[in-house]
Amino acid sequence: MQGLYKDFYRGFIEDARWKLYLEGTGITLSLAAVACLMGIVIGVVIAVCKFYGSRRNAGPLWKTLAKICDIYTTVIRGTPIVLQLLIIYSLTVWTKGTYACMIGFGINSGAYISEIFRSGINSIDIGQMEAGRSLGLSEGTTMVRIILPQAIKNVLPALFNEFIALVKETSVAGYIAVRDVTKIASSLKGTYFISSPLYITAVIYLVLVLFLTFLQKKLERRLARSDRS
Amino acid sequence: MIEVKNLCKSFGNNQVLRGINEVIKKGEKVAIIGPSGSGKSTFIRCLNRLEEPTSGEIWFNGENIVDKNTDIDKVRQHVGMVFQHFNLFPHLTIKENITLAPVSLKLMTKEEADAKAMQLLQRVGLTDKADTYPAMLSGGQKQRIAIVRALAMNPEVMLFDEPTSALDPEMVGEVLDLIRELAEEGMTMVIVTHEMGFAREVATRVLFIDEGLVKEQNTPEEFFANPQNPRLQNFLAKVL
Repeated sequence: MQGLYKDFYRGFIEDARWKLYLEGTGITLSLAAVACLMGIVIGVVIAVCKFYGSRRNAGPLWKTLAKICDIYTTVIRGTPIVLQLLIIYSLTVWTKGTYACMIGFGINSGAYISEIFRSGINSIDIGQMEAGRSLGLSEGTTMVRIILPQAIKNVLPALFNEFIALVKETSVAGYIAVRDVTKIASSLKGTYFISSPLYITAVIYLVLVLFLTFLQKKLERRLARSDRS
Repeated sequence: MIEVKNLCKSFGNNQVLRGINEVIKKGEKVAIIGPSGSGKSTFIRCLNRLEEPTSGEIWFNGENIVDKNTDIDKVRQHVGMVFQHFNLFPHLTIKENITLAPVSLKLMTKEEADAKAMQLLQRVGLTDKADTYPAMLSGGQKQRIAIVRALAMNPEVMLFDEPTSALDPEMVGEVLDLIRELAEEGMTMVIVTHEMGFAREVATRVLFIDEGLVKEQNTPEEFFANPQNPRLQNFLAKVL
């Protein structure tokens, strides 16, 4: 018991090391947040391109765009994230690993989120698009006001799944010298030969994920207003 | 008002419409009947270009809407459409369903559209549903809202694509009553239907479409009393 506490003391309290976890968690969260926003934007754009490109009477422009998007998702989903980060970092456009990481994770999650949105858009009955168009709304307006709101509601669980995975995935950021919370833990462990930082970090991730789950439940309840009660 | 010239439509190798010529005048109520797969739904969906015709022309108020340069969205603002499966927007309240198009197309302010929506809802006796969602309505109520949603755009013509086919029998009446009222007010309408009694009573002209062609048309009295085409005779014998 004494030993356990000593381990914890050295890993968390001594020399105000908890501040390091705080900084690391901050970096983890900002990586995940930026990547998530980027991923959503990329994901929507790609999903819409693929949707229009796959229609019977799609024009050559949409078909080409859809093809490019296909290549993007294939490459990103077909290669490991660590490798993608190393490649982006090696381009040396970003002197700081943090930026390379944000871009890398953003591009990566964009590919997964695009598939989520695509399935969401496809889940909406074609009659919704027809009803919107028959009222004189343009294709774009119908997409934004009628299709996407319903699609997003349908894919919310899958989307949160992706966010949760993303928060934990950022733990490989240490590969390109980003001091996220996992990297902090592993360097504390290496410096002081104690394992408590690993458990402390595990608890931190768990709390983050629990918070996201709570957010998801709240959001789903709000969006369920229009369902039959 | 609407003039259809040699309209053809194919899905791949399947030729659904084989050259339809038709003139629909202002104030007419045209009922279209025919066996399933005959092309009657495809025909009515071509009238606002929800289906892209393979060839032929459709003139609406002096404009060929099949022409790629026609702003089809503008045309559709004057052509209301009601679908078999209602297609209400489930994520919007009833009032929002009605006001979405006129407001986002800037044809009305939000206040004007709200007032118009309430006035239309009053007409169909559903004002108490204004702030509920489509999932809370019965099929008949949904279809009446769908009709009201189209009416909010002040259309010059209404297209009904089997408006009662997805309804429970006891709800068919309330929807037909509303359509009948519109007809009596002089609305131009084209209606694909299996309700022969309704077609006989409300239509000014009945078309029989079969194998992608208008095989016979007449006033409702003559159409049902003296069918000439053997396929129509056969069809009427089965459904009447």
